[in-house]
Amino acid sequence: MRAGFVIRKLLGALSTLAFVVVFNFFLFRIVNPNPVDSMFRGRNLTRSQLDEMTRKFNLDGSKFDQFLGYVQQLFSGDLGLSFKGNRPVADVIGEALWPTLLLVGSSTLLAMLGITLGYRAGWRRGSRFDSTSTSLSMVTYSMPEFWVGMVFLGVFSSTLGWFPVGGLEDSGSTATGLAKLLDQLHHMALPAIVLAIAYVGEYMIVARSAMIETLREDYLQLARAKGMRDDEVRRKHAVPNARLPVVSLSAINFGFIVSGAIAVESIFSWPGIGQATFLALKGPDLPMLQGLFLAISAAVIFANLVADLLYGKLDPRVVGR
Amino acid sequence: MSVDGAAAPAATASPRSIRWARRRASAADAWLRLRRNRVALGAMGVLLAFVVLALIAPLVSDRADFNAINTGDNPVNQSPSGQFLFGTDRLGRSMALQVMWGTRISLLVGFAATVIMIGIGVIVGLAAGFFGGWVDALLMRITDWFMVIPFLPLAIVLATILERGLGTIVLVIGITSWPSTARLVRSQVLTVRERLYVDRARALGAGRLHIVGRHILPNVTPLILANTTLAVPIAILTETTLSFLGLGDPTQISWGGLLESVGTTSVKSGYWWQYLPPGVGIVLVVLAFTIIGRALEEVFDPRLRDR
Repeated sequence: MRAGFVIRKLLGALSTLAFVVVFNFFLFRIVNPNPVDSMFRGRNLTRSQLDEMTRKFNLDGSKFDQFLGYVQQLFSGDLGLSFKGNRPVADVIGEALWPTLLLVGSSTLLAMLGITLGYRAGWRRGSRFDSTSTSLSMVTYSMPEFWVGMVFLGVFSSTLGWFPVGGLEDSGSTATGLAKLLDQLHHMALPAIVLAIAYVGEYMIVARSAMIETLREDYLQLARAKGMRDDEVRRKHAVPNARLPVVSLSAINFGFIVSGAIAVESIFSWPGIGQATFLALKGPDLPMLQGLFLAISAAVIFANLVADLLYGKLDPRVVGR
Repeated sequence: MSVDGAAAPAATASPRSIRWARRRASAADAWLRLRRNRVALGAMGVLLAFVVLALIAPLVSDRADFNAINTGDNPVNQSPSGQFLFGTDRLGRSMALQVMWGTRISLLVGFAATVIMIGIGVIVGLAAGFFGGWVDALLMRITDWFMVIPFLPLAIVLATILERGLGTIVLVIGITSWPSTARLVRSQVLTVRERLYVDRARALGAGRLHIVGRHILPNVTPLILANTTLAVPIAILTETTLSFLGLGDPTQISWGGLLESVGTTSVKSGYWWQYLPPGVGIVLVVLAFTIIGRALEEVFDPRLRDR
């Protein structure tokens, strides 16, 4: 991979991040120049107490000074204080990170089954398998993920009682080690399956059309002429070339799955980034929401950067452009 | 491309009538192709049914019927019956009628947000593709920003900060989801721009506006139409999610708002009639738009035809 390509992609990602930081700061400040006043409205606080709070939340000084202060804080990993309980936003996000990574990671892996389905459907285009799986993925694509969550909660938790109704683990659980892990997996199963169902269709459709795109290539004809078995042609010649669009989709989908987790986590009371976002917008707890938006955006920007670089590695043609 | 000889103009025809005859012929051609797609026709039927439901909602019920003060005599949380087709909610409001009213908001927000989304996307894409150079570089950089930034969190942040209301929801969806349209239009413009007839028009002294308006826009319009049809379901799903999170207009009944108001309480109490109908409505409408959009894409984009 050429260094120029890597640097270009890196600068692109950094510029996006910079845009998010500037946007994030000014949006929240323009709408609500001094949130301290509205926060403590109706409570008996003296002006000097309010001023002290203003200083504490870094709300004094000119807009530009405030922005510089904000950036400085960011570099030291300080995302400000949550309105709720005065806890550092970074701490709250840190705690919510692990449950979300676990949930998003496992649902991504589940949803990626769609890639295999898509390759097979594309390979046997027009077959019964193809039309069934294509129609099914269009249906799952059309369902709001949180509604699927409600239906699954109703069927598998409330009615059948197979899964717990929510949370990270059984309340008051003192289990450790393997028992604890199994308990958490049991709680995670439904939300993970729900998120996977919502995105499996997209993987399937993209993988299918990538496969159909490669079907026309001459080298497949050649491979067949050499006497390779159909299955071998697919695995050794068609699939590797149909991988590219799926790589970029994975980065885009990462953003969508994280977004989808917001409503799904709140339904299953899964204590991750999604539920934290839901609680923050209810407040509204603006510093919390600001920090969460920055954290989510940074994660998605990073995922896109990785996908871009991987794409360059897999397809040297894009590097030159 | 034409199905019959309709496109062949009479010897005395004016340029305008030739143009319209050609457009009519290609529209007729598209319709013929679309008509062969049975599934797409079925989807149109479903959509039409929902539009009718939305239109007659004010005729069969009064919006004021849903004020808690007027539902005192109705049974609460009742399962479906002859009187209440989809049962009632915890305030004794008819679910069937609320779902009907919700159709109005979902379709309205879906269409309105799509107009903004497509509007921004088409303007940005046309400008970037046609002017090229630094305009293109700048516009595509901004498009990339909006493409990468996860749009639901962005929409949530905007909707939380701005005043609650239908207009806010429409605006928020519109300004967070235009980038893919911009990219599509730009790539189309780049292809069309290099065609010979555009060169010819330029050689004959045509100005930029004339070329964009008369030669490029008509050529990218069909794909914009297909893209629009595929954008409506995105807008509807986003509205549903935002309303479910409590960011919708509290004075209006929408499908997402309905799901928020019955909440997980209805799920845990086993009141399936409260959360199934709004969701099924969403799925049907979104699926119908998706099917029609993909069918249109196939009709307008010959490369997709043999798939």
